[in-house]
Amino acid sequence: MSTISIEDKLSVNKFDIDKDVHIKINEDICKSCQEHVCLYVCPANCYKLSEGHITFSYEGCLECGSCHIACDKGAIDWTLPRPGFGICYQYG
Amino acid sequence: MGAGPAGCACGYKLAQAGLQTLVVERGKFAGAKNMWGGAFYGPELLKLFPNFCEEAPFERYVTRQRISFLTDEDCLSLEFTTPKFSQPSHNGFIILRSKFDRWLADKVQEAGAIVAAGLGADDLLWNENRVAGIKAGGDELPASVVVACDGVNSVLAQKAGLREEFSPEDIKQGVKEIIEFPRETIEQRFNLTGDEGMSWAFVGSCTEGLPGGGFIYTNKDSLSIGVVAQLNALAERKIQANDLLEEFKTHPEVAKVIKGGKLVEYSGHLIPVSGINMMPKLYSDGFLVAGDAAAMVLGTGLILEGANFAIASGIAAAQTIIRAKQEDDFSEESLSYYKRLLEDSFVLKDLKTFKKAPHFLENPHIYNLYPDLACDLAQRIFISDGQPRGTTWNLFKRSLEDKASLWQIVPDLIRGKGAI
Repeated sequence: MSTISIEDKLSVNKFDIDKDVHIKINEDICKSCQEHVCLYVCPANCYKLSEGHITFSYEGCLECGSCHIACDKGAIDWTLPRPGFGICYQYG
Repeated sequence: MGAGPAGCACGYKLAQAGLQTLVVERGKFAGAKNMWGGAFYGPELLKLFPNFCEEAPFERYVTRQRISFLTDEDCLSLEFTTPKFSQPSHNGFIILRSKFDRWLADKVQEAGAIVAAGLGADDLLWNENRVAGIKAGGDELPASVVVACDGVNSVLAQKAGLREEFSPEDIKQGVKEIIEFPRETIEQRFNLTGDEGMSWAFVGSCTEGLPGGGFIYTNKDSLSIGVVAQLNALAERKIQANDLLEEFKTHPEVAKVIKGGKLVEYSGHLIPVSGINMMPKLYSDGFLVAGDAAAMVLGTGLILEGANFAIASGIAAAQTIIRAKQEDDFSEESLSYYKRLLEDSFVLKDLKTFKKAPHFLENPHIYNLYPDLACDLAQRIFISDGQPRGTTWNLFKRSLEDKASLWQIVPDLIRGKGAI
């Protein structure tokens, strides 16, 4: 069976994407970080490592809070999207 | 704060008692932000809504409770079914939260409360050292008491100073897919008729040895399939829960029941699993915490329940507030009645009984050694290879010799006896 990418999975979800970004990262901390736990704990692939830099996207965030809890460096300032925005589960 | 099971149960009871109640929900509608595995257990819902079975949008009721131990290829299952599951008081209901929470919030509204969806608390309103309401959408909304039912990431309980962020050792991450099928396909594949449903839990290769498990629930015309894994273990193993889910879906026993379906949703959520060991203080002046926000989840290894604890805590919070209102006293001391109510109910009794379970369930043997041992023994018992057979006891001894030693197992048994 072929596996489905996270991006393809997210594409079936309903999101009301806000223009306000609800994730901030501290690039200085990320640069010196070796573990990059954000890459593994985010179920929505919001964090990516490219050429040694952590980049993020907030649009597909499932608002679980994993990144904020698991990053013990305090590099991720994750808040909830504004009320009414973000993931909008139709099944749950 | 929060129109999930805890907030709605609390709001419903308060509105019924004639108290002016506002339920604030940050999702566009109640349930928009909520997901879970799939089933609600126990009589809590029927106590709140005696006509639940006729009115509520549940998917199916649980008539087959199955647990399977997986290795990469093998599967040893134990299934329990009893006519009791089909009787009107049904032990478990399979529910999709987005539909169900909306219904629940409508009931709260019918009872006389205001449910404000699409509104979120920006902050608490303080009067000296006591919580005196919330700030939301640029307005100040004063209240005698605020109940934080805002889930595992509870911003309000943190702002009230009752808890810190939970730590990854105390958290499991769940990821889930909803896969759509014609209703008949589900009924054929799972041997169900009418509204019968199956709750299927998996232990073993589905988490590649990490603490956690897999699950499948039969909805009306879809399946919920997912994996739950310890958050810190995902980080340490450098693996995503979605990778575990994709691998789980290829297991021969799983692949054939999900074949041909259409993915309609992918979701993720956190579960606070350390129970009473991670529970924050539950009350302060003008403030209570209920449900996942207070880590009211029971995990025993065989069951993982939270929504019934959320509802029971929401009801206890409402009873506390109704009593406080009568005495016009919303002080910390008055609201401490909440904890007494929970101590007298299954909520804190169960969480105390299983106090050692969360630590015990971190034991990797549960997720690799024992499923392997169980499937190995099943092979020796059931596979006929033309060789002389041993007694079952001898086969067990051979499995044990191949897979483990008594020195590994005996300490686990001793620890397990007191924990689960």
